[in-house]
Amino acid sequence: MSNLSHAEAAAVFNKDEARVDWHDETLWFVRSKRDRAAQSIPEWEGLREAASQIKNHVLSNMHDLLTQFEQKAIANGIMVHWAADAAEHNAIIRQILADNKVNQLVKSKSMLTEECHLNEYLKEHGVDVIDSDLGERIVQMRGEAPSHIVLPAIHLKRGDVGDTFHKHLGTDAGATDPQYLTEAARQHLRDTFLTRKVALTGVNFAIAETGGFVVCTNEGNADMGVHLADVHIACMGFEKVIPRAEHLGVFLRLLARSATGQPITTFSSHFHKPRKGQQMHLVIVDNGRSRQLGRADFRNSLKCIRCAACFNTCPVYRRSGGHSYHTAIAGPIGSILAPNLDMRQNVDLPFASTLCGSCSNVCPVKIDIHEQLYKWRQVLMQEGHGPTAKTLAMKTMASVLESPRLYRMAGKVGRGVLRFAPVVAENGLNPWYTHREMPEPPAESFRDWYINNKQ
Amino acid sequence: MTSRDTILAAIRANQPDRLPLPEQFTFETTYPDLAAQFAEVLAFVGGQAVNVPDYAAIATYLRQTYADVLSIGTTIPELADVADLDLTLITVPHDLVGLNLAIIGGQLGVAENAAIWVDEQHIPSHFRAMPMITQYLAIIIREVDLVSNMHEAYRRIDVAATGFGTFISGPSKTADIEQSLVIGAHGARGLTVFILKE
Ligand code: SF4
Repeated sequence: MSNLSHAEAAAVFNKDEARVDWHDETLWFVRSKRDRAAQSIPEWEGLREAASQIKNHVLSNMHDLLTQFEQKAIANGIMVHWAADAAEHNAIIRQILADNKVNQLVKSKSMLTEECHLNEYLKEHGVDVIDSDLGERIVQMRGEAPSHIVLPAIHLKRGDVGDTFHKHLGTDAGATDPQYLTEAARQHLRDTFLTRKVALTGVNFAIAETGGFVVCTNEGNADMGVHLADVHIACMGFEKVIPRAEHLGVFLRLLARSATGQPITTFSSHFHKPRKGQQMHLVIVDNGRSRQLGRADFRNSLKCIRCAACFNTCPVYRRSGGHSYHTAIAGPIGSILAPNLDMRQNVDLPFASTLCGSCSNVCPVKIDIHEQLYKWRQVLMQEGHGPTAKTLAMKTMASVLESPRLYRMAGKVGRGVLRFAPVVAENGLNPWYTHREMPEPPAESFRDWYINNKQ
Repeated sequence: MTSRDTILAAIRANQPDRLPLPEQFTFETTYPDLAAQFAEVLAFVGGQAVNVPDYAAIATYLRQTYADVLSIGTTIPELADVADLDLTLITVPHDLVGLNLAIIGGQLGVAENAAIWVDEQHIPSHFRAMPMITQYLAIIIREVDLVSNMHEAYRRIDVAATGFGTFISGPSKTADIEQSLVIGAHGARGLTVFILKE
C-alpha cells in the first residue's frame, strides 16, 4: 500500500483526465443499473428496512448467534477456527496447508484475506497463491491490490489487461478483445482448479440456525475451486452471521441488485457439509470487529454486506479511484472501517468525502455511512490525529459550528472574502480548497434571506 | 483463554442491548404468468427457457441442438439415451473435466430472478462440480415448481437437507474486463432450462 494520503494519491490518479472520466462514467453506469433493478421491486424500501433490522438484531445478539452457528457447523462436520487478528488468521491457514503437506492454494474472492494480507504472508512462507476471480487474477499478475470490492480491476482498460495477459499467459501482443482474453484466463485457471488440493473462499452469509454458509459468485470460480479440492477453507468476519435461512430471501434479493443491477448472482452456493472425503474448515475472524461493535457511533458499519453500491455512487470514489484509499476496502464504507483498524494510518479517509449522503441512500442495509464519516472526523480530531494544517481549520470550524453567533458572522465574512478577494481562499491555507471547487457564494445567505422576507 | 473465548467475551461485553427481529421480512409478488416471467429474466441473464410437454420433447430438442456433440452426461434416468457418458463409472470430480453437456434436474425455479435450486438430491455429492465444470448445462424443472420470489423459494426448500445446494441463474459470466459482459467465465458457457408441463 502506498504511503500517500488519499488526496495525494487522488491527485496522481487525476493526471490522466480521460481515464478518470472513463472511470467515473463506468461506475455511474453500474450505479444506474442498480437503480433500474431497485425500481423494478415495488417493496424495495421494505426489503432495505427488513435487512437493516435483521442486521441490527444480529449486532445485538452476536454472541449467541455465533455460538449457535459454531455448534451447528461442528455437528455438520465443519472444523471451526477462531482468529483474534490478521496474524492468527494467516497462521491458521498456513497450518492447515502444512498439515495437508500442500504449498499451493487457489482462492476465490475474499476481502477478509485482503484485509489480513494473506497472499503476502503465504508468499513469504513459500506458498503459491492463485486468485481465481478474473478481476483479482488480473491485478494479482500486475502486483496490484483490487481497487474495488466487487469489480477488482475496474481501474484498468482492456489494453492494460491485454498487455498483462500477453506477458503472463502468452496471449497475442496487442490483443484486447474481452472475449478472447477471458477465454485465455479460463484455460489457465481450469488447469489451476484441477491441480490444487486446497481451495479458499470468502463467506457472504453464515446461517446460525443450520450451521451452513453461502458464497455468491458470477463466474463460478468459488465452486470450481472447492468442489475439485480435498480441502475447503472458508474465511469470515464474525459479522457475517444471520439468524435463519429464510432471512437469505431478503439479502439475496438485495445483494446483486445493489451491486451490479443483476437480479441475483449466477451462483449462490450453500455449504453445509464437506463432500465425502473432503475437509471443510471455517475461520471466524475478529480483527478489530469486537472493538467496532463497542463503538455506539460506528458499530452499524458491521452491518455491511459488501455490495459496493456506496462506492459506485460516491463522487469522490469515482473520481479518485480505489487505490487512493490505501486500504483493502476502499470507498465510503472502507473509510469508516479503516480508522477502527488504525486511526493514525487512516486519518485521511473520513475526509475523502463530500458528505453528500448518496452512499447512505443506496445502502441496502441502511448504514448511516455519511453520518459516520462525519463522526469519525470529530473523533480523529479530538484524539489529535488530524493533519496539522487541517487541524487548525477544523478547530476553527468546530468552534464556529458550536456557536450560532460565530457561525452567522463567519458566513458573512466568508461571503465577503470569496467575492472580493478570491486569492485569499486560494492561497493554500485553506485545506478544503485543493479538494473541491469553491462554490459560487450566494449574495445573500439563507438566514439573511429568511429574515428579510419573513414579514 | 483461547482466542475463541477472548473474542466471544469481547463480543458479549460490547454488543448493544437486544433488538428484536423484524416481523415483516417476506413479501408477496404476483406475476400473471410465472413461466413467461422466468423465461424473460433467464434471457436477460444469458440463458434460454424452452417449454416442453414431456421428456421425449426434451430428448428431441437436445439431439437436434447438440447433434455432433460427444461427452454428454445426465443424472436423469428418463434422458439416459441422450447421454453417451456413463456417469456411474466416474468416481472423482476431476474426471468430469471433459464433459461437454450436463443434463440435470432442479427442485424449483424462481420467476423474479431465474434462479434454480439444485442440491444433492439432483447431483450426487462427488459431482458438486458438475454444473460448473461442464461446457454447457441443461436443467429441467416442472412448471408446477415455479415460484414467484426468493421468500417463497426459501419456504419451499430446506437448505440443510443435503450437504450442498446452490441457486443457479444463467450461465457463468464476468464483466471484469472493462465492464464488457463475457458469458462462460469458469463455469458453463450456456444454460438451457426446460420447463416441463405435466
Ligand atoms: S456500506 Fe452498504 S452500500 Fe456500502 S458496501 Fe456495505 S452494504 Fe453496500
